Amino acid sequence: MRITCPCCGERDYGEFTIYGDASRRRPHIEDTDFETWYNYVYIRPNPKGRHKEFWHHTRGCGQWLVVERDTVTHEIYDVSLARDVVTLPEAPGAEAAEAK
Amino acid sequence: MAGSHRIPNGGRVTHGASASFTFDGKTYQGLQGDTLASALLANGIHLVGRSFKYHRPRGIYAAGAEEPNALVGLREGARAEPNALATTVELYDGLTAKSQNNWPSLQFDVAEVNNLFQRFFSAGFYYKTFIGPFEKSWMWYEHIIRKAAGMGEATTEPDPDHYEKVYKFCDVLVVGSGPAGLSAALAAGRAGARVLLAEQEPDLGGALLSAPKGSSSDQWLSATLEELEKLQNVELLPRTVAWGAYDHGTYTLMEKVADHKLQPDEHEVRQRSIVVQTGRVVLATGALERPIPFGNNDRPGIMLAGAARTYVNRYGVLPGKQAVVFTNNDSAYQSALDLKEAGIDVTLVDARKDAPAQLVAVCKSASIEVMSGRAVVGANGRMRVRSADVAEFDAKTGASSDVVRQLACDLLCVSGGWNPVVHLSSQRGRKPEFDAKLAAFLPGTPPDNQHHAGAMLGAFSDAGAAQSGFAAGAEAAQLAGAGEPSRALATEGLTSADWEKPLVPIWDIKPGEQVKKRKRFVDFQHDVGVSDVELAHIEGYVSVEHLKRYTTLGMAADQGKTSNITGLALMAELTGRSIPETGTTTFRPPYNPVSFGVITGQETGLHFRPLRRTPLHDWNLKNGAEMINVGAWQRAWYYPQGGEDVDAAYIRETTQVRKTCGMVDVTTLGKIEVQGPDAAEFLNRVYVNGWKLLKPGRARYGVMLRDDGLVFDDGTTSRLSDTHYFMTTTTAEAAAVMTHLGWLLECCWTDLKVHVTSVTDQYAGIAVAGPNSRALLQEVFADIDFANEAFPFMGVRETEYKGMPVRVFRISFSGELAYEVATPSGFGEAIWEALYEAGKGHGLCLYGTEALGALRIEKGHFAGNEIDGRTSLEDLGLGKMASTKKQFVGSVMRQREGIQDENRQRFVGLEPVNPEERLRGGALLHPHNGPHAGHGLGHVSSTTYSPALGRFIGLGLIEGGLERYEGQLVDACYPLKGWVVPCKVVSPHFYDPAGEKQNG
Repeated sequence: MRITCPCCGERDYGEFTIYGDASRRRPHIEDTDFETWYNYVYIRPNPKGRHKEFWHHTRGCGQWLVVERDTVTHEIYDVSLARDVVTLPEAPGAEAAEAK
Repeated sequence: MAGSHRIPNGGRVTHGASASFTFDGKTYQGLQGDTLASALLANGIHLVGRSFKYHRPRGIYAAGAEEPNALVGLREGARAEPNALATTVELYDGLTAKSQNNWPSLQFDVAEVNNLFQRFFSAGFYYKTFIGPFEKSWMWYEHIIRKAAGMGEATTEPDPDHYEKVYKFCDVLVVGSGPAGLSAALAAGRAGARVLLAEQEPDLGGALLSAPKGSSSDQWLSATLEELEKLQNVELLPRTVAWGAYDHGTYTLMEKVADHKLQPDEHEVRQRSIVVQTGRVVLATGALERPIPFGNNDRPGIMLAGAARTYVNRYGVLPGKQAVVFTNNDSAYQSALDLKEAGIDVTLVDARKDAPAQLVAVCKSASIEVMSGRAVVGANGRMRVRSADVAEFDAKTGASSDVVRQLACDLLCVSGGWNPVVHLSSQRGRKPEFDAKLAAFLPGTPPDNQHHAGAMLGAFSDAGAAQSGFAAGAEAAQLAGAGEPSRALATEGLTSADWEKPLVPIWDIKPGEQVKKRKRFVDFQHDVGVSDVELAHIEGYVSVEHLKRYTTLGMAADQGKTSNITGLALMAELTGRSIPETGTTTFRPPYNPVSFGVITGQETGLHFRPLRRTPLHDWNLKNGAEMINVGAWQRAWYYPQGGEDVDAAYIRETTQVRKTCGMVDVTTLGKIEVQGPDAAEFLNRVYVNGWKLLKPGRARYGVMLRDDGLVFDDGTTSRLSDTHYFMTTTTAEAAAVMTHLGWLLECCWTDLKVHVTSVTDQYAGIAVAGPNSRALLQEVFADIDFANEAFPFMGVRETEYKGMPVRVFRISFSGELAYEVATPSGFGEAIWEALYEAGKGHGLCLYGTEALGALRIEKGHFAGNEIDGRTSLEDLGLGKMASTKKQFVGSVMRQREGIQDENRQRFVGLEPVNPEERLRGGALLHPHNGPHAGHGLGHVSSTTYSPALGRFIGLGLIEGGLERYEGQLVDACYPLKGWVVPCKVVSPHFYDPAGEKQNG
C-alpha cells in the first residue's frame, strides 16, 4: 500500500503506523456520561468500504494523519493532517445551556 | 556423452560443458543448461520419489514450476534444502540430490503397503479414524501421524548463506519472457518507459525455448533479446520469479542469485528479495498444461506432452524410446511430431472423434499412427510405465469401452488442455472467469494497474501472443506516462497457426465395466484421486473450499497448479452444476514456494532488530558488567566480583546499596519533554492525580490509565518551569506512551497548546541510592545544597558540572535516600565517571537490573510484572490516588462494576513459610493444602531473595487481596515441575514501610 503524506509525498505504508478509527470523535474530557464513553471505547462499526483511520508517519515526518481508505480495495481517497480535520466536541451541558 | 539418453548435439544445453552430480549417492553426468530433472532423464532415470500418502513410485511429470511429483532433497548439511523441484533446479558441477519420502530405499519402500490399504486412506481418513475415545485423542494421534507424514526434512543447522532485500522502481513491470512478455518489454522499452522484466527461468524465451533448436522463432528471439539488452531503460531479471502482487503497484520478486552454484561466491547473496514499485504491470505468465485422470496415471514415465517436447527440444534428452501421446486438443500434435523427429516411436491417441484432419495428415506422413475417438483408460507397469490400455471413448457421454488395444510404451504423454496462469491477477482479488471454449479460467478484466497478454488470455500461437504482448506493453507505457513505441512489432519467424479443432474437455476417464479399477489421480502431490472427490461429494460436501480442505486437493506445495481446475470440474459434474457455478479458487501469495531466507533478508542475528545501547554501554562492558536484553535495550544485569554468579552478585550489590550507596544506569527509562502554556492542563488530563499545584523545582509520581480504565503506565514527572515538564515512563512502555500522548494532542485535544518530544536517547540517566548518596552528590555537585530541608524528597535541581548541564531529581525506587541524575547523553560517561571516582570515598558500588529489581521488590514497588495491562488502580492499591476533583483519561470507564469489584486479584506481598525456599515468578496461588486445581486465586508476579529480611520474598496478585488473605497461608504452585511452596500473604511493603529512609 502507498500513502501520500501531505508533508513527504507518496511513501510505502511500512513507514506508517495505524492508530485506529478516525470516524469516532473522542468525547469531551469533562463528559462523564458512561454510555458515551462506552460507545467510544468499545463500539466499532468496522465498515466494509470507505473508512477513516488515524495513521502516524512514524518512520517519516512524525505527523498524525487522517487517511480515508477503502477497507476492501485499499483505495485511498484522502490523506489530511489530523490537526486540520478533527473537530472538537462541545463541552457537556453546552447544548442544554444553549437550549435554555 | 552426458547421459545415455542424450541426443547428440541436441537441445539448447552446452555440449562439452559437463557437470557431475549425485542422486541417492550415485554419480551421474549432465550438461550445463540442464535442470536436475533433464539430467536425470538423460541418464534414463524416471523414478525420483515416493508419493506423500501411499508411497507410490513417482517420476518427473512436468518441465517447470508446476511439477507435482519430482520433489527432491538438495545438498547436505547446513545447505540442505527439502522439497526442491527437480524441474527448476539448475544443474551444476558437484550438485547432490536425494529422493524423499522412502525407507529403506527409493526402489523398495516399506510404506508402499499404504497403497494396498488405500481404500482406508480415503478423504477424511484421519478425521474419521482418530476421533475417540477421549476428548484429546486427536491431539495424541496427531503427534504420531505427523511423524509418518511429511515430505523432505529440513536442516537444523543455521543457514550459512546471506540473503538481501532490495527495492526497485519502474514504470512497467513485465512478468514472463515468452513471446508475449518479450514483446511487451519491447513496446514499453521503445516507448521510453523504465521497464523491468522478470523471468523465473535462467534463460529468456519462455515457450520459444521448447521449439526445436534452429526453428525460425530462434532468430526472432535472438534479435529481440539483442535489442532489449541494448535499451538502457530496460532491465532484464532472469532467475527471478514474481510471486506476490499487492496494493498500489507493489510486487514481490525472488531472484535466485547463486542457486545454480555449489555455493555463493564470497560476499554474494544466495537469493535476493526484490520489492518492486511499478506504475503498470504486464502479466505474460503463460499457461500450464493439465493432466487427464486415468487409471494409474501417476506412474513414472507418464508426463505432460508439452514437458516431453521441452525435454527433447530444449535439453536434448530422450525421455523414452516408445511413446504414446494422449490428448484432447491440438497442441499435443506438435509434441508428437517433435518426439518422432528426435527418433522416438510415437502413437497418438486423440479422445476426439473429430480429429484435426491437417495435423493427422502431417502425422501420417511422419509415420505417426493417430487413433481418434480413443482414450487411454489405464497404464501398466509399476516403477515405469510399460504399456497403455486404450479403449473406445465417447467424449460427449464420457463412456469408454473395454480395452481394445494395449500399446507398449516407456513414455506416456498427456495433454488435457491448458490452464492460464492467472495467479497474480487472482492475488489482486479478481475472480477468474470460465471460458467454455478453452475449458479454462481466464483472468477476466485486469485488476488495478495490470495488463494481460499472451497464453494467459488463451492466445496459443507465438505470433498471436507477441502481438497481444506488444499491444499491452504499449498501452502500459502510455498509461505510465511514456510515449508511443518508436517502431512497430515484427513477427517474422513466429508461427501464427491457431488450433484447427477445438478442445474437448475431459476431466476424468471412467473405465468401462470390464476394465480393471485403478486409482485415477487428480492431485499427485497430495495423492488425491477422483474417488476422493466422489467420496467427499457422497458425504455431502458442496462447496469447493470445503472439498479442498477435506480432501486436501490443491493444498500441497504446488498449490494445485495442475489439479485445481480438474478437481473443480469433477465437483461440478458430480453436483450437476456448471463449472462457474461450482466456484473457482482464489490464489494467494506466494505463486511458488519462497525461502524463509529471502523473506528474512539481512534481518538475522544482531540485525534482527536494532540494538539499543545506553551511553554507558562501553563503560559497563569495560568494567565487567554482565549484560541482559531488556526489550531492544542492553542493560547491565550485574557486576560480578571474583567469579560471582548472578545470585551472589545481586545479593552483595543490594546489601551494599542499603549499607552505603550504589549507582545504576537507568538511561532506558522513557523520557519525554512536555512543553507549552497548557502543559499543566495536559498532565492533569493524562495522569489520574492532580498536577496543577505542582511547583517548578518539584517532581510528582503519576499513573496513567488507558481509555478502558486499566493502568497503562507510571513514572515521575518534574516541573522545570511554568511551561516545561520532564516526564519519565517505564522502559517497556516508553514508545507506547509517547505515541499515545502525541495522538491525544494531534488528533483529539487540538486546542491544547502543548508539544511533546521524546528525549529518551538524548539523556543519560544515573540513579544513586543509599544512605551515603547525599554526601557523595554533595561532593560532586557542590553548587547544590543537598541538605534535607533545602532539597527535600521529590525535589528537582539543575546545575552544571565542569560546564556539563545536569538535572538532579530526589526520587527513589529502592526505598533508600536516593537521587537520579540526568545529563545529555554525550556527557553521560563523564558524569558517571565523576560519580564513580568520588564514590570510592563513600563505599559506592555498581549495581545492575537484578539488584534494582530486588530493591524495588523489598520496597513493594510494582513494575511491569504487575502493570500487566489487566490491573486497575485499586488492584495495585492506588485507588485513593485518583483525583475526584477532575476528569482524566479512563476516569469514567474505571468506574465500571467489574473493575471496582473487591474480589479482583489485588497486589500483595508473599513470604515463603520456609525462608530458604525460593518462590517462582508465574506460580499459581492456590488455597493452602489444596485443591491445587484450575487457574487458582492469583499468581506470583515478582520474586527475589531479600538480603534486608534474610529470606526469599515475592509479590503477587490474589483474589480479594490483603483484606481477605493478610496473615493467611496459600500455596504457590508450579504445576509443570510439581513444586508447591506454602507462603504467607503479607503487605507488599517489606522494607521501611513508613518511608523514613527515602524521606530522611
